[in-house]
Amino acid sequence: MSKVIKILGTGCPKCQSMTNVVKDVVSTNNIDASIEKVEDIVEIMKFNIMTTPALVIDDVITIKGRVPTKDEVLALLN
Amino acid sequence: MFDWLQHIADWLVYDLLDLDQEQHLAEALNFFIYDTVKILILLVIVIFFMGIVNSYFPIDKVKNYLSRKKLYGLEYLMASLFGVVTPFCSCSSVPLFIGFVRGGIPLGVTFAFLITSPLVNEVAIGLFIGLFGIKTTLLYIISGVLLGTISGIILQNLKLEGYLTPWVKDILANAQKEQDLFKAEKQTFTQRLPIIWTEVLNILKGIVPYVIVGIAIGGIMHGYIPEGFFEKFMAKDNLFAVPLATILSVPMYSNASGILPIVQVLVSKGIPLGTAIAFMMGVVGLSLPEAMLLKKVMTLKLIAIFFSVVTLCIIISGYLFNIIL
Repeated sequence: MSKVIKILGTGCPKCQSMTNVVKDVVSTNNIDASIEKVEDIVEIMKFNIMTTPALVIDDVITIKGRVPTKDEVLALLN
Repeated sequence: MFDWLQHIADWLVYDLLDLDQEQHLAEALNFFIYDTVKILILLVIVIFFMGIVNSYFPIDKVKNYLSRKKLYGLEYLMASLFGVVTPFCSCSSVPLFIGFVRGGIPLGVTFAFLITSPLVNEVAIGLFIGLFGIKTTLLYIISGVLLGTISGIILQNLKLEGYLTPWVKDILANAQKEQDLFKAEKQTFTQRLPIIWTEVLNILKGIVPYVIVGIAIGGIMHGYIPEGFFEKFMAKDNLFAVPLATILSVPMYSNASGILPIVQVLVSKGIPLGTAIAFMMGVVGLSLPEAMLLKKVMTLKLIAIFFSVVTLCIIISGYLFNIIL
């Protein structure tokens, strides 16, 4: 089943690097997933987080406030 | 503590490169090597230590604590202290603000946190120890905490809830005190360590270029500006120096880590420390990019009041420092 990945962040450098990490992991491992960037703060706040960027996989917040490593993202997606 | 480093710098410049001790170039180079390595070491130590603290006291825990506990007026000080140990990223200021409002934390307490968090952060502390020594650093931390606390109390008393943007007012109306205790993920120290270390490297990567350029410029100035040069222009009794320095500092932000080394040289050449600290507080604590972000949650009027109160408090503390020191 295709995974739904959301990256929450208002566009700061950290959010950008999280997006890059996630995109990289998804493409190199051929993971069936859609990546959506959520930049609207009102939308972001619906997830009840206080630090950005945050990584949401299938509506579960997995990482918040920091940029994960590729291995970490891979582990979360498997 | 850093004698060994001075020896290495001396050896590199005067023996290996065989430069004349009397030369400006040699002196500047020596200063540059010594300062860069020393500050990088201190930055790694401070950022790492703060990373450990933060790993055990994440922001959700702080919010939960402030929301649940009755602190009888101490909540401003507590919020301000939490601001010290929480690393601040200006892009997180909005989610943070909303999170606090949602948790039923008074606006003034939220402001206390929001003011101290960037003002006394791990990078500023690391640079401060390296450039000004422990005593001045402690003074900076204490005044930063007090400044956040006092500004928070003032802002609370101004009753500013009406100046929030409409969607935030809705959140405010539905705010709830946290009922449950915060459940942290159970992680061992060795599990946390790599995450903390990655953060240290990430933070360093972002600031090192600025620090090096700042120290390089500082090094050049250090070698060429005569001792006591600024005393002629910026004497302690010049009443306009502090407000001018503070107002100039607010628009400077992204290069805060580059500005501090330069300010240190200016102080060593005669600019009063209070004036310099006011300037640095403005650089580190208030920034226009942050103001732009806050527009999502506050009306311009509220942002203006917020910045004015903090600026005023910074100016007052600048005067106080000049009188005490």
